[in-house]
Amino acid sequence: MTALGKRAGKVLVVGVGNPDRGDDGVGPMVARQLREWALPEAVIMERSGDALALMEDWAGHEAVVLVDAAAAPGGVAGRGTVPGRVHRIDLLEDALPPGLSLSSTHALGVAEAVGLARALGRLPGCLVAYAVVGEDFAPGAGLSPAVAAAAEGVVARVADEVRQLAKDPAHA
Amino acid sequence: MATRTIRVEAIARVEGEGALDLHVRDGRVTRAQLRIFEPPRLFEALLRGRDCTEAPDITARICGICPVAYQMSAVHAMEDALGVTVGGPLRALRRLLYCGEWIESHALHVVMLHAPDFLGYPDAIQMAREHGDAVRGGLALKKAGNALMRLLGGREIHPVNVRVGGFYRVPAKSELGTVAEELKRARDIAIETARWAAKFPFPEFERDYEFVSLRHPDEYPFNEGRIVSSRGLDIEAREYDGEFEERHVAHSTALQSVLKKRGSYLVGPMARYNLNFDRLPAAVQALAGECGLGPQCRNPFKSIVIRAIEMVYACEEALALIAAYEAPAESAVPLVKRAGIGHACTEAPRGILYHRYVLEEDGSIREARIVPPTSQNQLSIEEDIREVASGALELADDALRDRCEQTIRNYDPCISCSCHFLKLAVHRE
Repeated sequence: MTALGKRAGKVLVVGVGNPDRGDDGVGPMVARQLREWALPEAVIMERSGDALALMEDWAGHEAVVLVDAAAAPGGVAGRGTVPGRVHRIDLLEDALPPGLSLSSTHALGVAEAVGLARALGRLPGCLVAYAVVGEDFAPGAGLSPAVAAAAEGVVARVADEVRQLAKDPAHA
Repeated sequence: MATRTIRVEAIARVEGEGALDLHVRDGRVTRAQLRIFEPPRLFEALLRGRDCTEAPDITARICGICPVAYQMSAVHAMEDALGVTVGGPLRALRRLLYCGEWIESHALHVVMLHAPDFLGYPDAIQMAREHGDAVRGGLALKKAGNALMRLLGGREIHPVNVRVGGFYRVPAKSELGTVAEELKRARDIAIETARWAAKFPFPEFERDYEFVSLRHPDEYPFNEGRIVSSRGLDIEAREYDGEFEERHVAHSTALQSVLKKRGSYLVGPMARYNLNFDRLPAAVQALAGECGLGPQCRNPFKSIVIRAIEMVYACEEALALIAAYEAPAESAVPLVKRAGIGHACTEAPRGILYHRYVLEEDGSIREARIVPPTSQNQLSIEEDIREVASGALELADDALRDRCEQTIRNYDPCISCSCHFLKLAVHRE
């Protein structure tokens, strides 16, 4: 089997975010915790979320799971934007929940990566995001209590998702 | 009295946070200001007291797009202060690393940030639907540049392998061979990208700039050369402070540079090209001709074609450097710390980047001074906007705003990193 073939059989998990920006660090935190699980089906990465790098990362993978913080710009109120709330989003099918943004403050982010990959025909067969609503993105801060509590549940859900996708990449 | 104000609250598709204010009264542009409101970053102050060997890694953090430029100006300035010269394969590896940065930086700007202006798209994602091959090409070019940065620098953003005196680790010749194949493909893509960009509609616009760049006896400049201009300047880096000065202006947290005797000037690809056309290989010169460029170009909107030509050059040069490379026995030359003053200028993708350091006896930094290309181009950008807008006042506000933003993007300004949120306020009386 070629290197690419081996990779294609594995589910890519990308923890997206900046560990030095408060709740934006939830993606990398989940990725680090997942490494301690026995998950031979997964390739696990931590990334800043740059759109072009994400597209390179998922090339060759049938199934990709992103874990990212979400922001509710402008203080949109509602159950879906409560800090710590976790949304599972099929990025190939679903729109983002109202009031939420996965845009990076720093570069082209996840939303742009999906848009660009769609335009170029470079989307993986399955692309799922776990978006954790954050509340504090201050430089140097750690995770807020609500997001830290949610992260544990996300780790377990992503592990389940990876096992299912490894059996059936089309299940999403 | 008819007053018209065009305000771009945050300029998109540039590195950093800036805004534009354009004031028009009675059919005349009365003020064009590029407002840079990023907080000061204080790098020069935080370098004080650090060891001279730390400067390349600290200053690399100034920019995620052109960290190699900061590392190169830092190591050359420190070597100047310590009386060290780096030659042979180590010097060649530095040029090779710079090739990687030019390729990835220019590919991002040409295809993803600037091309949409000419083709009438709001961004590269919209453009990708109809120009998929060009965007795929741009991504492949960026990837090839990144591969060089990763191989020589340890990673593509903020590389960690550069040190005063050379590198921490040098690659074996066989390692460079794998990148060479990718670079050959990149060269072909860069040629196609130049041909693609050459067909864009360019506004008829020229200005009589004073171009400033490095000039080397026989190379298109990256790391070394005298600082020359199209109006006769011809100095060593150590004479920079005698000819140039930085001024504070109220509307910008970035200092504006001027030539003391003549005022504004232009650095970057168009300046390098005009002052060093004769240093390009014949095949690259011929490609420039095919793309409608003569040895001189004064239309800033055509800088996108020049950037593409420079990508072709950087691929060619990288391949030549790899072919000639033999790994050196030592990865760096030894240093003896001493007190001294060091100066250096190297060619960042956006133009000359000047560093000056004063070192204490123990090699710690007493003073640091860094003049990046964008602060040198600020005044030229404002003058361009004033002229471009004066000739386009018949346009509606939206179209005029777009033309002004395109004018700013001609410079690929690196205000620092990020920014996508655009608001426009139009004020009429």
